[in-house]
Amino acid sequence: MPITPPSASLQEDRNPAVPAVMPRQEERVVLDNESIRRALIRIAHEIVESADGTERLYLVAIPNGGVPLARLLADNLESLTGLRPPLGILDTTLYRDDLSTRGSRPLLRRTEMPSSVDDRVVVLVEDVVSTGRTIRAGMDALMDFGRPSHVRVVALVDRGHRELPIKIDYVGKNIPTQPTDKVVFHAVQLPAPDATGSVGRDQSDEDFTIGELELVVRSDSETLEGPE
Amino acid sequence: MIGRDILGIEDLSREDIDTILETAERMQEIGNREVKKVPTLRGRTVINLFFEPSTRTQTSFEIAGKRLAADVVNFSVSGSSVSKRETLLDTAKTLDAMDPDAVVVRHKVAGVPHRLAKVLKAPVINAGDGAHEHPSQALLDMLTVREQKGRIEGLTITIIGDIAHSRVARSNIYGFKKLGAEVRVAGPPTMLPADVEKSLGVKAYTNLAEAIEGADVVMALRIQMERLEGACFPSVREYAATFGLDRAKLRYAKEDAIVMHPGPVNRGVELSHDLADDRPSVILDQVRNGVALRMALLYLVAGRGGH
Repeated sequence: MPITPPSASLQEDRNPAVPAVMPRQEERVVLDNESIRRALIRIAHEIVESADGTERLYLVAIPNGGVPLARLLADNLESLTGLRPPLGILDTTLYRDDLSTRGSRPLLRRTEMPSSVDDRVVVLVEDVVSTGRTIRAGMDALMDFGRPSHVRVVALVDRGHRELPIKIDYVGKNIPTQPTDKVVFHAVQLPAPDATGSVGRDQSDEDFTIGELELVVRSDSETLEGPE
Repeated sequence: MIGRDILGIEDLSREDIDTILETAERMQEIGNREVKKVPTLRGRTVINLFFEPSTRTQTSFEIAGKRLAADVVNFSVSGSSVSKRETLLDTAKTLDAMDPDAVVVRHKVAGVPHRLAKVLKAPVINAGDGAHEHPSQALLDMLTVREQKGRIEGLTITIIGDIAHSRVARSNIYGFKKLGAEVRVAGPPTMLPADVEKSLGVKAYTNLAEAIEGADVVMALRIQMERLEGACFPSVREYAATFGLDRAKLRYAKEDAIVMHPGPVNRGVELSHDLADDRPSVILDQVRNGVALRMALLYLVAGRGGH
């Protein structure tokens, strides 16, 4: 049997800066750099306000989009409380519920959990939430790392179309969409001025600063299906 | 790659190998968790069909399958119907009727996994067939080199031992060459295939020092002492003196060279005692990586192709 290349949507996942080329599509920027950064400041305030102990906070980013967002959120939390929460990365691919129905296996992404989540207030950070299935997978994955005291969810965008009873605790913006729309978060990563490591697949996050952010909605019935 | 058979490195493209290695690199992290299990292959069945005794490879596949939450069944041969003269194909058909999602096969005859792959609905993973190929071993070796050296392209890899009868050597030669390394082989002339330089595209040496001069990776193969003594070399002692690796001989290789061995090591034959235990040998890293690599294979192929 011939090898099946990873689907276009997955390649796009890996490399969000390069959108798949599609004809006749309407693309609109829903959140620009400024509004995304403002939303993350507001969300940081909301997290501090509602968490009983900010010293127990633990941010867990769902790659790829969650990673730059969680880093900015950690910056904001640090300047608010003087304490930088630990920042983990959790790939949910191995916990997905659609693996058996897909034509190919998605490429795995990095998981890095720096310390135990036991008794922590874990905040899952995702760029776009729709069906809720990725968050469900993320919660299952999280439980394999310990027993958090609370789990909260941050989403830059809630686009609706929930299929599971998942509630988002902190939302950047609610955006009504068509199921066929594609909602894409772009984050430009720039090599930090003092970066030492070479640029590879597993470069450390510290070697990067986060540049321009943008959230776009593409309306096109021919748009390739995304994972959510 | 779902449903695809993994029969040999020769059939894999460079992209296939990269996909497998990248997936394995992600799987490594699961081995460091407190709960070393993910639910990915829940409800799937993996059959280990070993017609030749093997503890390492079989255990490694078994742990890999279990860490992905698959049900792993070991079809052991001595106690099975193979001794009741059931033919290979009847065994295969019987297994197929049990609807496995992957079948891992080892057999002393080259080509058996290929034959089974034609009959079975489930993907077949070759876990070693005669002197032909042992793809999962070569892939875990490539994973280990990439982990230790950060790359494979441009490295010089020297493989020492019975090149003519070694499926590990053959698979590694295909693999490392596909990824852009220079591969050299060394051993007594009786252990080097006559046309090895032409047929496999490697440089052959009968002098160990020349073979490992400037090498980044030195891989010693297990010598089948019982079988080969007298046939391929006069005595084990002579082999150890000429082709056994110790720290003194290793000085010919690059200063940061690593030493590999597929195991189990004949201590004092292929490797000196101290070299078998300590850096620069990475033998236990190979074993650890074997589980992650086999998890990657099962993740990528398990499932019924063509359905």
